[in-house]
Amino acid sequence: MAFVQNFPFMSIILSLFSGPLCSILDGKWARRVNTAVIVIIGIMSAFVLRFVISTGQPYVYRMGHFSAPWGNEIRVGVLEAFMAFFFCIIMLLCMMGGIREREAQIEESKQNLYYVMVNLLLCSLLALIYTNDLFTAYVFVEINTISACGLIMIRQTGRTFEAATRYMIMSLLGSGLLLLGICYLYAVTGHLLMSNIREQVRQLALSGQHHISLMVALGLMSVGLAIKSALYPFHAWLPDAYGYSTLSSSAILSSLVSKGYIFLLIKIFCRVIGFDVVTESKVVNVLFVFGIIGMIMGSWSAIKEKNLRRMIAFSSVAQIGYIYMGLGLATEAGIVASIYHVLSHAATKSLLFVAASGLSDASGGSDRYADITGAGFRNKLAGIAFLVGSLSMVGMPMFSGFISKLFFAQAAVGHAHKMLPTVIALAISTILNAVYFMKTVIRIYTPMGAYEAVKGDGTGKADGIGKRDGTGKADGIGKTDGTGKADGIGKRDGTGKTDRAEENGAGSERSASDCQEVGGTGRQVVIWEQPAKSAALICFILLNLILGLNSDPIMRLIQGGIEMFD
Amino acid sequence: MARKVSEEKYQKTFSYKFRRWLDDTKDPFVGEVEMHRQTPFVESEETKERREQDERQLHTKVYDLENNFEMRIFRRFYRVFSVLFCIFLVAMLLVAVSDLPVFGHAENPVNNEVAERYIEEGLEETGAVNIVTGMILDYRAFDTLGESHVLFIATCTVLILLRRDGKKEQELDEDNDRIHEPKNDVILQTAARILVPPIFLFGIYIILAGHLGPGGGFSGGAVIGAGLILYLNAFGFARTERFFTARTYRRMSFCALACYSLAKSYSFYTGANHIESVIPLGTPGAILSSGLILVLNICVGVVVAGTMYTFYVMFRKGGY
Repeated sequence: MAFVQNFPFMSIILSLFSGPLCSILDGKWARRVNTAVIVIIGIMSAFVLRFVISTGQPYVYRMGHFSAPWGNEIRVGVLEAFMAFFFCIIMLLCMMGGIREREAQIEESKQNLYYVMVNLLLCSLLALIYTNDLFTAYVFVEINTISACGLIMIRQTGRTFEAATRYMIMSLLGSGLLLLGICYLYAVTGHLLMSNIREQVRQLALSGQHHISLMVALGLMSVGLAIKSALYPFHAWLPDAYGYSTLSSSAILSSLVSKGYIFLLIKIFCRVIGFDVVTESKVVNVLFVFGIIGMIMGSWSAIKEKNLRRMIAFSSVAQIGYIYMGLGLATEAGIVASIYHVLSHAATKSLLFVAASGLSDASGGSDRYADITGAGFRNKLAGIAFLVGSLSMVGMPMFSGFISKLFFAQAAVGHAHKMLPTVIALAISTILNAVYFMKTVIRIYTPMGAYEAVKGDGTGKADGIGKRDGTGKADGIGKTDGTGKADGIGKRDGTGKTDRAEENGAGSERSASDCQEVGGTGRQVVIWEQPAKSAALICFILLNLILGLNSDPIMRLIQGGIEMFD
Repeated sequence: MARKVSEEKYQKTFSYKFRRWLDDTKDPFVGEVEMHRQTPFVESEETKERREQDERQLHTKVYDLENNFEMRIFRRFYRVFSVLFCIFLVAMLLVAVSDLPVFGHAENPVNNEVAERYIEEGLEETGAVNIVTGMILDYRAFDTLGESHVLFIATCTVLILLRRDGKKEQELDEDNDRIHEPKNDVILQTAARILVPPIFLFGIYIILAGHLGPGGGFSGGAVIGAGLILYLNAFGFARTERFFTARTYRRMSFCALACYSLAKSYSFYTGANHIESVIPLGTPGAILSSGLILVLNICVGVVVAGTMYTFYVMFRKGGY
């Protein structure tokens, strides 16, 4: 056995070990350990990827002295190694992008706990990727859930507590359903190892025995993982969790945590139940329908949203919808497109979160839509990054989002019944995406001067920028007058428009000193002011371009990986 | 031959006191043991007002019930739908259960070669008389490794949620400490003095004999944790903090988990690379046998005991 083959196991153990280690270090050292661990694991995964590509064969790695159905084992193929490598890159960039926010928003004495959470989260993601055993998957799903919860609530404000509670309830419900499903599956097959279950399920499907239990198990596992990855009707926990937690948390949650579950679901479909059985069962059709509803409803909620980060969060709901739609197509092309979208969404969504925080840095720390006018001029790099992210989300050629949409469309075209709904949903969703992302891009590139001229005129011309700003402007005036926050809120209430909780929340989070300091206009942010965040943004843009312009080898990699699943 | 005793003398006899105690006319412990009648909880006007105001704000600001159409609909239909949904779920699961293989039947799929080998060769291969311990700590040790980290990360999350570090909050804590600290309750202290050592001993026994009989790290750790909590309740934080603080807990659990990880990575590595492990299995039934299982049990026990105690302390006081 080549030494490289030990690397997957080593990376899991290393990240597992570094969790407790960080708990006895102070914040600064914990951060260094965390960065080192992510980098080392990334490098190791790259080696594993090279090794697996060169041999062209997946291999199983026995965890202990007892071979598979008796002991535990992990299984490494091209797709697994590539996912581990990719997740490490994204996680490293997310952690880099949010250093300053973390230090400002997390209490000094709890800094190290953040890194404990991140390390164990990385470990659980790796284990979910590599595992070949359903129960091991469940154990690490638990770690994943709890650490994600910790990541949400470590920024201690009322809204994050609420979000974390919601996340905990929904996510534990999902875990419970997953566990029930695994139990049913175990009762009818007698195995927990994926390959053996596959064998047994094949026989059961042929003989027609225990059909109901099998279907219920499949349904429970799909719904459980769908809840955990925020498929449309189960997305209620998502906007608050992504919108109010600290920056690296929202980036990691949106780009990695939900993707880990989706990868597990794909694994369950392809390796545990077998895709022919899944296709016959019609569970995929349910996922398909909810995916399509999610694509449209998620975008619709994002259009209505007035808080930048929550808007990006709602856009996640739509993108998760895309992924489930691809799964629902129930063809290999559909799954490949889904996996590609997992990659492109992970790269784009974290880019958008980091860029949005850059924009709000330049706007007095406010996430509110009205306050980021002209922020693209004040923080040029963040503006460009946001533009890139938006174009990618909308699906412009050159960027990663285009490729995945193209793959979705291609996968749909070959399909007998689902072609029309898929293509229509893609079109509608693209337009809706364009509405809210381009609206934001135009807003961040509207010069403040022009905006104030319109505002000075007062009445009629405000339409040019959009009618929705009525409330926001009232607030802006309040601030420049120096009358303060309470006044602004009072005025907004006075306008009689529906002031939802999110606005109030954003308003109260913004500290009064911030408002006075910048006078509501924001300040210039230069690139080298926050080197880590700028570097992360540049890397994210490059990653996006790589995924967008060089999709062919990655595509072949995914296809090879899917073939290795069997 | 009855003997007439004077009233005064009679009242001093034990039987008279015992009868009065039985009749509930006199309590001999009044004055000796500190006892307070519990005052019924009366909410003060101020807090009541604040609570109601909070509720109003929740309704107007957060839910915005007047304008929020979805919320109104939701509140109206929520109960009906939840009941219907539960009935549907229960029915579905019942149907699925009736379709499962009959429980306990010898021909069931679960009674396959996996269970067979665990039962027949478990003793020989793991050296543990207790097959369950052999399974969770040797055959499927990777799962248990993850499981002990679940406990650890749960504690960390509770620390994030409940630990209070601000100077002002700590001063407040010290003021409030009288609420948390128990009065010197003689009964509790006496009982604890008698019970705590056997509880600890029993817990340690369960952990150390985990590979020989029923028990193991999880159950033994829980017993020790319960003992610690009893000790804390009887004697207060001042006594426990002499030997168990947050720092102790962190170091302890780090050592235990690191030991676990290292021990297991050794056996994973040797196992996967087909290298013979140098750890002897010993004679089954002896206390020093079954390879690494004893060590792992101790590690798990330490983590579980610390976790239980930390949970209790965090929920009670928010730091230690």
